[in-house]
Amino acid sequence: MKEFFKLVGKEFRHIFRDRRTMLIVLVMPVVQIVLFGFAISTDIHQARVDIVGDIQDFQVRKIAERIDNSQYFDVVSEYRSVTSVDDRFRKGKADVAICFEQDFSKKLETENTALIRIIGDGSEPNSAQMIANYAMGIIHEGTRELTPTVEYVYNPMMKSSYNFVPGVMGLILMLICSMMTAISIVREKEKGTMELLLVSPVRPLWIIVSKALPYMTLSAVNLVTILLLSRYVMSVPIRGSLLLIALVSLVFILTSLALGLLISTIASTQRVAMLISGMGLMMPTMIFSGIIFPCESMPVVLQYLSDIIPAKWYIILIKKIMIEGVGMTYIVKELSILLFMVFVLFWTSIKLFRTRL
Amino acid sequence: MYFIEARNISKGYGSFKALDRVSLQVRKGEIYGIIGPDGAGKTTLFRILTTLMLFDNGNAEVEGFDVVRDYVKIRRIIGYMPGHFSLYEDLSVEENLDFFATIFGSSVAAGYETVREIYSQLEPFRKRKAGKLSGGMKQKLALCCALIHKPSVLFLDEPTTGVDAISRKEFWNMLERIKAGGVTVLVSTPYMDEALLCDRISLIRQGRIIDSGTVDSIIERYPYSLLAVSGERIFPVLKILRQLKGVVSCFAFGTEHHVAVCKETVTVENIRQILVENGFADCAVRNISPGIEDCFMQLAGKE
Repeated sequence: MKEFFKLVGKEFRHIFRDRRTMLIVLVMPVVQIVLFGFAISTDIHQARVDIVGDIQDFQVRKIAERIDNSQYFDVVSEYRSVTSVDDRFRKGKADVAICFEQDFSKKLETENTALIRIIGDGSEPNSAQMIANYAMGIIHEGTRELTPTVEYVYNPMMKSSYNFVPGVMGLILMLICSMMTAISIVREKEKGTMELLLVSPVRPLWIIVSKALPYMTLSAVNLVTILLLSRYVMSVPIRGSLLLIALVSLVFILTSLALGLLISTIASTQRVAMLISGMGLMMPTMIFSGIIFPCESMPVVLQYLSDIIPAKWYIILIKKIMIEGVGMTYIVKELSILLFMVFVLFWTSIKLFRTRL
Repeated sequence: MYFIEARNISKGYGSFKALDRVSLQVRKGEIYGIIGPDGAGKTTLFRILTTLMLFDNGNAEVEGFDVVRDYVKIRRIIGYMPGHFSLYEDLSVEENLDFFATIFGSSVAAGYETVREIYSQLEPFRKRKAGKLSGGMKQKLALCCALIHKPSVLFLDEPTTGVDAISRKEFWNMLERIKAGGVTVLVSTPYMDEALLCDRISLIRQGRIIDSGTVDSIIERYPYSLLAVSGERIFPVLKILRQLKGVVSCFAFGTEHHVAVCKETVTVENIRQILVENGFADCAVRNISPGIEDCFMQLAGKE
């Protein structure tokens, strides 16, 4: 047991004495959360709206006012002809035009429906879609009696941080556990100290555990940091039980550690380990986890592929627990998939970890 | 009963044969040298004997334990110093020593007497990071780390490579003292001159052991007479000598040529005369006794 504690202590020393490792392990998560939360936010702020139509019309004026009063929009101009919209977009004077048909109020009264067209500048598809959604939300809100209300129950204004926080959690835990564990093991191989560890009477299993334990501890620290940041800085609600979040995160951390071990058995140099974890883990995690694009809009083949990415399931779990606030019964499926992955990955990497060179 | 014994060990990496039917017998308490150039298979042999690597054929035992079956037992009794002094560069001198003492199931206090003499030279730097030590210091620290748990056999893989001449000499003195403490030492080196410091040696080349025994017995087996030729314009001489009848081989050896000739057929006088005839009157020719390097060249040529 003394040997084991010595190994763990040594591993902590490696981490604390290397400024770059410290930076990656402790500073990067904070930077990422803040970056994703603020700088790369896809939320809409003060989009410029043109109102096209008869502004004297009672209903048109009512809707226009409501739009202008919302924190997301600013009505910048009002004019009658749709033909000018193009020109305004090209000059970059407006982000969206909301067009009302002739005799809007009268039609609404007599026929119970009237036409509104939202024209967005589609050169930035993501933000255009966002803007359109927001505008639609506001219009519907006012004319509830006429049109079905579309409401996003858990994220009424589709706040992007709701999506980012679980995503970034998945990414960071994956990065620290897999990449750092893999690199720290491969570094010993490269430096030749692994030979000495293997020649020693210490059981190989303890060598592995001693490598994983420090990164597991740091991941726990990160988890707490991220949760605090997202709750108090991003105001993302934590609706579910903290205990459940901790449990699910622990399972995911174990998955990542197992992946890191697996990489370390394949890679022979630190560079290769970095490449495999970067290209093989980070990229798919980014792409398939739904941080950037929703999984549902991917081709079916890729959707199947995304199923083998552990982070995807973790992110789903965290979204369910944190944002939706569901309990154990609703997450059984995802959690069992993740548990299955842990088991398979650990089994494989321990089988592959050689007690020799 | 030998302390370390290997029988017909073969090991290949793909189509490349790293070791080809290598046999080795090391007695308890001796310094045994594995001498050969880079790429001869020394490190592979060490890894096999330290249970770090499996092999294709043959068998090997260390203190009676099979290196494959009883690897756990062997790992308790050996000390190993891999090539290029594997230390933790971000840990200090004393942290390294303490770490290796602990994971080998001992402690610095318990093993201190064994390493005291060597470690005393490192003591002034004990707070310094291992990465900041000189080559000779790293070597000493690595040796301390390999010795601190009082192993009964010490495997040193090229311990003197990349270390200055003075440190090398010091190192061999240390080995003598370690041997005096009853530890069996198996050491590999590419430096032929270090063969003289071993009790017995094996010459290894391209994965095969080409001769084994004491240095004297290997030299005794040298089948030719050896002449040294030196002079001003030494390089053209090489060509002439190689064409002579009775000359077996001729190699440049520093500033001289070592010429192996069949015994009793060619004499110093013959060679001198031929050189004068060819306009190399200034060349000096003399009889010398072969060194281990001459033996190595001769044995390598025979293969």
